[in-house]
Amino acid sequence: MTSLRGAAAIVGVADAASPTGELDLHGRALEAAMIREALDDAGLTLADVDGVCHAQSSVGLAEYLGIHPRFTDSTNTGGSSFEIHAEHAAAAIAAGLCDVVVSVYAATPRSDRRRRHAASQGPSVRRPNLGPNPMAEWEMPYGMRTPMGPYALAASRHMAVYGTTSEQLAQIAVSTRTWASLNPRARYRDPITVDDVLASPMQSSPLHLLDCCLVTDGAGAFVMTSAERARDLRRPPVYVLGAGTSHDHLMISQMPDLTTTPGVVSAARAFRMAGVKPGDVDVLMGYDSFTITALLHLEDLGFCPKGEGGAFVDDGKLGPGGSLPMNTNGGGLSYTHPGMYGMFLIVEAVRQLRSECGDRQVDGAEIAVAHGSGMVLSVMSTLVLGTEGARS
Amino acid sequence: MSTDSAPRRFEPPITDAAEPFWAATRDERLVLPWCTACERPVWYPREVCPDCLDSALEWRPATGRGVVYACTVVHRPQVPALDPPYVVALVELDEGVRLMSNVVGRPPEQVAVGDRVQVTWEPLSDGRRLPLFVPSEPSQPT
Repeated sequence: MTSLRGAAAIVGVADAASPTGELDLHGRALEAAMIREALDDAGLTLADVDGVCHAQSSVGLAEYLGIHPRFTDSTNTGGSSFEIHAEHAAAAIAAGLCDVVVSVYAATPRSDRRRRHAASQGPSVRRPNLGPNPMAEWEMPYGMRTPMGPYALAASRHMAVYGTTSEQLAQIAVSTRTWASLNPRARYRDPITVDDVLASPMQSSPLHLLDCCLVTDGAGAFVMTSAERARDLRRPPVYVLGAGTSHDHLMISQMPDLTTTPGVVSAARAFRMAGVKPGDVDVLMGYDSFTITALLHLEDLGFCPKGEGGAFVDDGKLGPGGSLPMNTNGGGLSYTHPGMYGMFLIVEAVRQLRSECGDRQVDGAEIAVAHGSGMVLSVMSTLVLGTEGARS
Repeated sequence: MSTDSAPRRFEPPITDAAEPFWAATRDERLVLPWCTACERPVWYPREVCPDCLDSALEWRPATGRGVVYACTVVHRPQVPALDPPYVVALVELDEGVRLMSNVVGRPPEQVAVGDRVQVTWEPLSDGRRLPLFVPSEPSQPT
């Protein structure tokens, strides 16, 4: 185990305070001013930054700054958040996950009181004081159906640009349901057909009910330790061979290209670290909030070329007996989906690699991918997991 | 005020950085913030240009013309914008930025990615107007 000592250095700092107890700027403007000043101090620019820490939303900050970090940290422990950001950033830099990390803090409780009072005297439109919320100003008024609205927009774009069909998306739901039929705890286990999916009520075109994840209770946990310690414990270790993260927006109207997710970046990094290619993957656990989500992962992780996800899934290769087992637990589409589903990707990947999956076991599985998607196709994080045999 | 049980559109808050945008909507003008250093429009309106972190943003008129980049027909929204069904779309303005809005003036199922659109205005309760879009060309045959 290598010590973190001396592996990373702070190269730029800034702070703002005034004898009046008030600052002229507030909110994102103040954060941006601090970031700029600290970068100037370091002799670096925003273009150099590939890691971001923020005690509320690193994803929201990155969207505001228009940057696409590969290290992201929204740890909030109150006042000690920033020391923890530094600890995490140092470890990430030492491990080669990123090069230049920014952490920022700005709060204006004194001048906020004055602004709140002024707002209450003025026009009836209430101005938000709870932190930046661009979604309220630029998306909520237009009445998307949540949670599938943003994904429906992505599906519409993919269909328009690449000719992907509803039938092809439906095939993903069909294959996933077949896996669910082998999982005693799955919410829905009855087989479905493409016609069943297309006949299910339209939620937000082009997504039908059976294109959409469940709403269920669910829970999970994982325990991780060093490779050395792992070998002395109860179960065969499942090693983290590769990890990669990327985000390029928070809300859907800020997504640079609705047909391509940051999974392109996160998966490339994770696969490179692991020394594997898509063809080496025995089990793919790809976050399936919606059929379109799963389809985008197939393209963005390199299992098929961009735009060809529809044709790729047509032959049912994702299902039991197919050449690319995907979402063998029955997925968010048929197993469970309490809202933040990524935990279940990890649990199932581990169980497959330990050969604990019974009827849904993929024989000889040595390498699995757990690819998590967060917000609205916004934040992707790819784990490549492997058995002892894959690790050597 | 009568007891209005019809669903009302969620009205957007006004952030400081977007004050000029909303003020212009009162006169049915669409304006965009431009970074004078980078010579490019910034969306959504914010205090600084994301590329250069320079605060020199200048508001300029937009033509109001654009194209449907993505669209979905909403039948049962939780907070309706209009009487359902209606279209929620991402509209790519000719200036190069992409806004979320509703496309009206054509049956929802006939709005398609690639349709050319033009801004129109819907009054909000405080005198601001919300930019919506109407098709500016006939439907393409399918």
